[in-house]
Amino acid sequence: MSGGVDSAVAAARAVEAGYDVTGVHLALSKNAQTHRTGARGCCTIEDSHDARRAADVLGIPFYIWDMADRFHEDVIDDFVAEYAAGRTPNPCLRCNEKIKFAAVLDRAIALGFDAVVTGHYAQIIDGKLARSVDLGKDQSYVLAVLTQEQIDKSMFPLGDSTKEQVRAEAAERGLSVAQKPDSHDICFIADGDTQKFLRERIGSVPGDIVDGSTGQVLGQHEGAFAYTIGQRKGLALTRPAADGRPRYVLSITPVNNTVTVGPAEALEVSTVEGARPIGTFPAGPLEGLVQMRAHGKAVPAVVEVADGVLTAQLRQPERGIAPGQAIVVYQGDIVLGSATITSAR
Amino acid sequence: MAYLDHAATTPMLPQALDAYIAAAREVGNASSLHGPGRLARKRVEESRERIAAALGARPSEVIFTSGGTESDNLAVKGLFWARRDVGKSRILASAAEHHAVLDAVHWLEKHEDAEVTWLPVDATGRVDTDIDFGDDVALMTVMWANNEVGTLQPITELAALAKASGVPMHTDAIQAIGHVPVSFGASGVSAMSVTGHKLGGPQGVGALLLGRDVKVTPLLHGGGQERDVRSGTLDVAGIASFATAVEVVVQTQQAEAARLTILRDELVKRVFETIPDAVLNGSPDNRLPNNAHFSFPGCEGDALLLLLDAAKIAVSTGSACSAGVAQPSHVLLAMGTDPLLARSSLRFTLGHTSTSQDIDALIAALPAAVERAKRAGQR
Repeated sequence: MSGGVDSAVAAARAVEAGYDVTGVHLALSKNAQTHRTGARGCCTIEDSHDARRAADVLGIPFYIWDMADRFHEDVIDDFVAEYAAGRTPNPCLRCNEKIKFAAVLDRAIALGFDAVVTGHYAQIIDGKLARSVDLGKDQSYVLAVLTQEQIDKSMFPLGDSTKEQVRAEAAERGLSVAQKPDSHDICFIADGDTQKFLRERIGSVPGDIVDGSTGQVLGQHEGAFAYTIGQRKGLALTRPAADGRPRYVLSITPVNNTVTVGPAEALEVSTVEGARPIGTFPAGPLEGLVQMRAHGKAVPAVVEVADGVLTAQLRQPERGIAPGQAIVVYQGDIVLGSATITSAR
Repeated sequence: MAYLDHAATTPMLPQALDAYIAAAREVGNASSLHGPGRLARKRVEESRERIAAALGARPSEVIFTSGGTESDNLAVKGLFWARRDVGKSRILASAAEHHAVLDAVHWLEKHEDAEVTWLPVDATGRVDTDIDFGDDVALMTVMWANNEVGTLQPITELAALAKASGVPMHTDAIQAIGHVPVSFGASGVSAMSVTGHKLGGPQGVGALLLGRDVKVTPLLHGGGQERDVRSGTLDVAGIASFATAVEVVVQTQQAEAARLTILRDELVKRVFETIPDAVLNGSPDNRLPNNAHFSFPGCEGDALLLLLDAAKIAVSTGSACSAGVAQPSHVLLAMGTDPLLARSSLRFTLGHTSTSQDIDALIAALPAAVERAKRAGQR
């Protein structure tokens, strides 16, 4: 229970379904701030109070579990290391994989609980992870790293509702978090300034911004980690490209600390490869949909998993595919599995 | 429900509850000059006299406060400021103090340039009486009985040493009253913290017993109601109830201590029978009669608490919480306990409503809880 409206209503629904429910708030920060600032939706003392109040209203026991060390190691350090390596990580996905449905679930099972319930917008249909009915809120993408075993011990009671319905239900149930704003920033970056956060941890490492086709140096950067594939704004190019058209980040090469830019077309890729595939894939190629960023569109592709590598041939070229993000394979609304993008061409 | 957390708070005594309700029905500010005011003042002064009589103090030495934390803060900060005015700025404090003292001392160190000498405790939690006073000590503070492990300190001996060096000594006697004989006058301390809700009175009322010749700088300024040392409208009903509770527990102390010692020893014996690798912390001899404090190797204390709570057994990890996150107890660390073992600890404390059924319930639930907590492991 983060202290937000979703987990509060998820807990309420689990209680109403007749389960013996215990509320758990995760302490993920070693130096929790007293009050919420900006759009962060967790991790302050105020949020833990909100979670406790929701548990009180529901009449369930409530405890705070200290997962700060694990979170720091598995999520924050990983986040920084991935950026330093020129990739674009998704910390929410990592948190689900390593904390919520691993450390928390394991501890809960050992203590005699049967499952972890969260306020994620996703469904489990016939044992398979599936999209929420609220496609705008759907979080199946960040849950697609879960193994079948983890999914079997998870419950997502909000998957059949829209956010609007959840808010209305929270108000009806007298939960004071009903109108609490949504969180959308990275929870451990207090001021929402990811670049500053990374700069403080990785340091300033000046390097060249290079034109992908001519090899010409177009400008300088303060650290390749500050860039994301497909990024257009904030490139600070000192010389315009020959054709005068906008330039986008095509690739980041940490080895020589180079950011390569080029025209929009050069961003287009048709083949995406991913490592560490998770899920149940049939032998041989399959027709499906793939989603390659948290709020991206799912696009048709032929997917094949062989020798620990997932390869997706996209029906139509896509732009801005960043290594480090997950590629999630869907059939309709059902999640078949996922992998971590290693390359795209 | 088996309530084994009387050191956190204990149910109100029926007499104290009656006294509260009787006084709370009446109107009257003890500072008002009219009839109802005089009646309220009368209740307060009668209460002051009863508390003084029960605790070996003079009525003028009883300063009512909002409870233990305020009493500790008033004593530590108040004594420090008053003594700093005469050039004394070092604090001697035991390393096993309650957070109300500990944090006040830390605050003075950080913000008021206090020098602090932490008095070490031995493996049972007892303070070493071999203390170098020097000539710059503002105050010494050592609790009468430890709130976590129940260890009793040699207060009279320490107070004599302090007096010989001209140093005022404060003691937090909050866990001791009602469980061991406590006399403010006979102990020789200059200041002593007392609170209502640990002895069957209401929450939110307490007192600092302060020697007549001891100067403290006030923390709260206003009407100067309490000897000009503490301001604020007096909680007449709370004070009347508090006084009743103090009187009752002091009268019944000997019999109740004997009863609880038997019960506590039974609890300890049966915990060892069911969990042979449990470790009893604290002192075997110098101990509160109502306290048992164990470490359960391989278990996280807060996991045990959760599991026992689900079995309707209320216990405490005994350590301080910041935002509900358990830290290894500074008391156990000061005693030299391994931090991992410190985190595996639970405190069981008995009180006036405790019976052997509470222990039966604990023993019935404990093995399964320990087994599960062990499976969950330690972080």
